[in-house]
Amino acid sequence: MDYFAVVCLEVLNAVATLVLVSIGLAIVFGMMKVINLAHGEFIMIGGYAAITASKLGVNIWIAILLVSPIAVGLFGFVVERCIVRYLYGRMMDTMLATWGLSLLLIGLITSIYGNTTIGLSSPLGSMTIGAYQVSLYTVFIIAVAIAVLGGLYLLLTRTDFGLVARGVMQNASMSAALGINPARIYSVTFSLGAALAGLAGGVLAPITGVVPTIGVAYVAKSFITVIGGGASILTGTLAASSAFGTVNQLTTFLSTPVIGEVGLLLVAIVLVRMLPQGITGRFFRGRV
Amino acid sequence: MKNYLPIGACLAAGLAAILILPLFLETFTLMELTVYVIMSILALSLGFIWGYGGILCFGQAAFFGLGSYAYAIAAINFGESTGAFAVAIVVPALFALALGYFIFFGRISDVYLGVITLTVTLILFNLTNSTSGDQYRIGTAAIGGFNGIPSIPTLNVPGSPDHIISPDAFFVVCVGFLMAAYIGLRLLLGSHFGRVLVALRENEQRVDLLGYDSRKYKLAAFVIGGGVAGLSGCLFANWGAFTSPTVFSLTQSALVIIWVLVGGVGTLLGPIIGCFFVQWLTSYIGGLDIVNPNLLLGAVLIGFVLLLPKGLVSVLAKWGTILTSHFGSKSANHGRKHSSPQPASGGVAQ
Repeated sequence: MDYFAVVCLEVLNAVATLVLVSIGLAIVFGMMKVINLAHGEFIMIGGYAAITASKLGVNIWIAILLVSPIAVGLFGFVVERCIVRYLYGRMMDTMLATWGLSLLLIGLITSIYGNTTIGLSSPLGSMTIGAYQVSLYTVFIIAVAIAVLGGLYLLLTRTDFGLVARGVMQNASMSAALGINPARIYSVTFSLGAALAGLAGGVLAPITGVVPTIGVAYVAKSFITVIGGGASILTGTLAASSAFGTVNQLTTFLSTPVIGEVGLLLVAIVLVRMLPQGITGRFFRGRV
Repeated sequence: MKNYLPIGACLAAGLAAILILPLFLETFTLMELTVYVIMSILALSLGFIWGYGGILCFGQAAFFGLGSYAYAIAAINFGESTGAFAVAIVVPALFALALGYFIFFGRISDVYLGVITLTVTLILFNLTNSTSGDQYRIGTAAIGGFNGIPSIPTLNVPGSPDHIISPDAFFVVCVGFLMAAYIGLRLLLGSHFGRVLVALRENEQRVDLLGYDSRKYKLAAFVIGGGVAGLSGCLFANWGAFTSPTVFSLTQSALVIIWVLVGGVGTLLGPIIGCFFVQWLTSYIGGLDIVNPNLLLGAVLIGFVLLLPKGLVSVLAKWGTILTSHFGSKSANHGRKHSSPQPASGGVAQ
């Protein structure tokens, strides 16, 4: 029974991690149809921002929950203004350019911080479930994921920005005709996506540590999740994260983390073969 | 008919390289040049499926790496290279067939295709990386994890294991394979298959409405590209008698794309030129040891996408046109303009 509880917690943790690393990508892709291959590096920069800030003496919670998203959000704004905005409507070129950006960032951060893993000590202790020790930080990650999903839901459905953003998402030229400036919405959306990636990087940094190449590990998983999820941002991300996170964690329990990743990919490819539009293309259609 | 000129030029250039370069260059320089040639074959494989099939595969390195691993494992088990060489082409091609089935018959769009192939490459990287330890062996070959597979038996004269091919001769072999790949792909593009492929790049729906099953054509092109990339990987494993998980790395996957983009998408010559140019550039800048190579590659990629999306070949072609219109006879030029209009997208030319 205790063991079952621990497994459940680990599965929830895997799902929450997937939600965190892919929600920023889902927003950018779902609303702007921009494929940001530098998403993993945005997460990586979030991690470095948190670690650098806490080394400078900033409180660790502020470093994780505020410094990372704000730093990466601002960076995302610059990226959108300098590169991405010239490439709207040219999906392939966006992909290529952001991949170039990803390499550039890996090179840049390697030049600054070197090629070694930097760690951040996990701020919370552990708790006991029966005979097992579980890190409290796991529970914190699950809470952050729930808060992010809830916050985005409120933002998209209850605010003016959400209404306008969803309008632009459905038909950019029609919204422009109604007096909305799609360029500004795109800019804000991209920054929001980047900020969420930064938050993921900050929150995950104490667990994984950061290296310049850590983005590679995230970008594949987050893309698979977004593709598997389909058109709806929140419902899709949640559904796909649940499916893939469970598969990943259970296979990992039965074998090794690498086999877990292979399991995730196999399930994803089969799923996309059966549901080319993603989970929300067939079910939950039309949700946020 | 139109194919005679590029094929003739390719034969002439290849023969010149084989006959002249070994006379002048030291073995070390020749070995370095051999890597360029091997990588050109990889660039060519992506140039074919991306430029003519419209399939932007971000994970061409997967087939390259599979080719080199398949060769390494087979050559160690067989003890000679003839069978291993065939295995190195068949394994990546079959892998491309399986992966391509899910992608094309699932009607996954181009963008997702890129993401999925990239993911597959990264997972192959993790998989090979985590196989250090004695229990991971296929036949007598230990996979070796991140240490890779050392001392792979190198190419021998087919059917005669005692005659190992020397580094100088290996250069000739590689140039030969590059010529064969170029001419083979060029002939393929001139055939019915190639025309359908280019047509579906332009408008898939129309091709489907004309009664072709575009999925099968794309899958076939993908498999051919996988096989050619496997050939390149096999030669690469031969080059250093060594292979390691870096063949599946993100940098390797990015490099292939950068070569093709820098050279020019939609040509077969472009990928080769781009490959030589970028490799020369990275080894030159890398030798200076000022900037991180990833930073440089990223900047090159962004710069070409934003400023020169058609690649170097288009620039060269433009210069060529300016030069000929300057020095060529005016009336002949004028006449040519009317008799053969340029294809709209630079399509099958080159």
